[in-house]
Amino acid sequence: MNATSPTSSASDSISTAEIDASCRVPLFTLFVSGAVWLVLGSIFGLLASLKFHSPSFLSDCAWLTYGRVHAVATNAFLYGFALQAGLGVALWIIARTSQTRVAQPWMIAIGGKLWNLGLTIGLIGILMGDSTGFEYLEIPRYGFVFLFLGYVLMTFFSLLTLHNRKERALGVSQWFLLAALFWFPWVYFTADYLLLSRAPIHGVTQVVVAWWYSANLNLVWFGLVGLAIVFFFIQELMKRPLYSRHLALFTFWTIVLFASWSGVPHSAPVPAWIPALSTVGTVLTVVTALSVIVNIRATCAGGCSQTENPPPGKFIAFGTMAFVVAWIANALSGIPEVASVTNLTWFTVAQWQLNVFGFFAMALFGAIYYIVPRVTGMEWPRANFVKSHFWCAAIGIVVIAISLAIGGIVQGFDWHDLKMTNVEVAKSQLNFLRISTLGELLILIGNLLLLGNLIGLSVRYYKTHFVPVYREVTAELKPAEVKP
Amino acid sequence: MRYGPYVFLAAFFALAVSWFGFVLTPQVQLGRPVQETNTVMKADLYPQERPGEARQGLEIYRANGCAYCHSQQVQQKGTLVNVVLTDAGKKTMDVAKVLNDEHLGSFSGPGVAAGLPKTLLQNATMDQAVALQSLLKNAGAKTDLHLVPIGSDIERGWGKRRTVAQDFAADATVMPGSLRVGPDLANVGERLPDMNWQLMHLYAPRSVVKDSPMPSYAFLFERRKIGSQPLADALALPKEFAPAEGYEIVPKPEAKALVAYLQSLRSDTPLYEAPLTPPPAPKTNAPAK
Repeated sequence: MNATSPTSSASDSISTAEIDASCRVPLFTLFVSGAVWLVLGSIFGLLASLKFHSPSFLSDCAWLTYGRVHAVATNAFLYGFALQAGLGVALWIIARTSQTRVAQPWMIAIGGKLWNLGLTIGLIGILMGDSTGFEYLEIPRYGFVFLFLGYVLMTFFSLLTLHNRKERALGVSQWFLLAALFWFPWVYFTADYLLLSRAPIHGVTQVVVAWWYSANLNLVWFGLVGLAIVFFFIQELMKRPLYSRHLALFTFWTIVLFASWSGVPHSAPVPAWIPALSTVGTVLTVVTALSVIVNIRATCAGGCSQTENPPPGKFIAFGTMAFVVAWIANALSGIPEVASVTNLTWFTVAQWQLNVFGFFAMALFGAIYYIVPRVTGMEWPRANFVKSHFWCAAIGIVVIAISLAIGGIVQGFDWHDLKMTNVEVAKSQLNFLRISTLGELLILIGNLLLLGNLIGLSVRYYKTHFVPVYREVTAELKPAEVKP
Repeated sequence: MRYGPYVFLAAFFALAVSWFGFVLTPQVQLGRPVQETNTVMKADLYPQERPGEARQGLEIYRANGCAYCHSQQVQQKGTLVNVVLTDAGKKTMDVAKVLNDEHLGSFSGPGVAAGLPKTLLQNATMDQAVALQSLLKNAGAKTDLHLVPIGSDIERGWGKRRTVAQDFAADATVMPGSLRVGPDLANVGERLPDMNWQLMHLYAPRSVVKDSPMPSYAFLFERRKIGSQPLADALALPKEFAPAEGYEIVPKPEAKALVAYLQSLRSDTPLYEAPLTPPPAPKTNAPAK
């Protein structure tokens, strides 16, 4: 990978600034809408978690019942922010590493608009009671159609950009992104076709497919794209190549081969061979986490202090650590003895949050804070917001992950304790949930800081680039310029 | 892996293998729409389609995300066996000797035949039970082996046996849940069969379960002025939760459908893959409690 190499003076080479500028239109759509969904998602998440504090809160309104609000929070985060901004960062990394301009930026922006349209329709559908009932796949079919079309449009031109690359041999980040871009439409279409068509499959096969989709989204897709971001930025920020491409290749293979089999809990009511295979896949993903630690540590050997741009580097470093912890926790909870306590408890929620927010969203934040100033040619209006966002998000997710993980283990033992009644077990979780609500509040504040900064920057961009042009065009002509 | 096609092929291969394993194969194994008689000791058809109102209730369960807090999967640690003597035979002395040798009490000849059927050995492993059974068979006695599923879910009363694939075979949205904020519902139809209890619980959970943290589902009910006389459907709520004087709370069709669905959730049928011995049938014609 030669992303960091200075632009050569050869006549056919394109300057880095030019490449960055070609990303501006699609990235504006993907990042700003992503940040809006991120904030909306955390507001809905907070609303859902308030229901644990006061069960009768908003109970007269079907649209705001826990099951709907919670589904909207999850989907707004996953599809609105994580996938959308993830595709944006992927596009920029592809353009940078390929040293070529983005192919048809407007078409990618239109794809982004379609994606947002589908998501808006889908989330309103969930609030109306059209949720599909499958976790992480709640968006009904009429939303799926637009989401899928939008994805195909965005991916097609991202791949075209990759195809136009200067250097034929692919770099590490490019493998991860290429595989991920192909991966999602296959799993999304399969899951939707089998579960939500007019004649869906019946019985527990549905659940197996839903678990398969969930593992392929939450572990494989976020793993591939998130690690592409981590590997790219570690080279970009440290100004040195990755310690080992072969180890990165090993990481890649373990994700696509093992993580794609994980996700079915040990005690699932399905034929025993399915959870048995899945347990093997889940436990083996521990080598993914280990290989990433070795590679990143060796790359950073000699100190991480030379980072050119501290806040993005902090986000990426935090994301990498969260990745390792989340994936090791996931592999551990695949072991049947551990699963008998942690399965069906908040522990799985903690592990999921740590993976999708602690790892993936944090890596995205770092990338966004690095990319946007380069793409627009403007600094962030408030540099201190960036730092505060880091601390809010980092403390928030640590609070959530720790409180829910401990709460989940306590809950797991409580359900096995026959002396405790159902209500006592449910109430014993409440204190942990209250602490995690504080974490959610912190994360919401952090997300608002990101959105505020993005909007501020957009306004400033508009003022410096459009207003003068508009004034010039609409200015009254001086008498001297009027031709008789 | 230096070139695009290799990466594409690698991803394609990996995903195809996992697709084959977790999408195609389960569908081939379980996806047949055939209804089979698969119960132990009964000629019942299982699984059966839920009745129409319960199927509508499933849609309410799905729309409101009940599965985010309630699982529908009873888990089981293992199965133990009770040995029950049904017929002492003619050689009661021999039977008594076997039982005394096995330290299962002190019996004296004909006393063995009193109070049949009686449980001789409880919560034994299959090997112990079969050994005792063959000893008693040689002594001329007849015994039954009763299968007892164990595990904390079952002891909590959430089900009689573990949940298996068969239990969902007829459903089109299967929601086994991923989190147990509240109790498991796999067998709630058998556990809490009272419709009025269920309706009151949905309207105001704390009216029937003290300190319940479950949210209220009041939007499934209608608050209306009492006409010439209260409707038969109206909820008989405790004073604390009752509406103002002159008003009554009536379940909407959605609430009734949801309760019909909950009542249809039962997993107490003995199956070959999850066997259990059902309690003996009542001796009278009165419906079982």
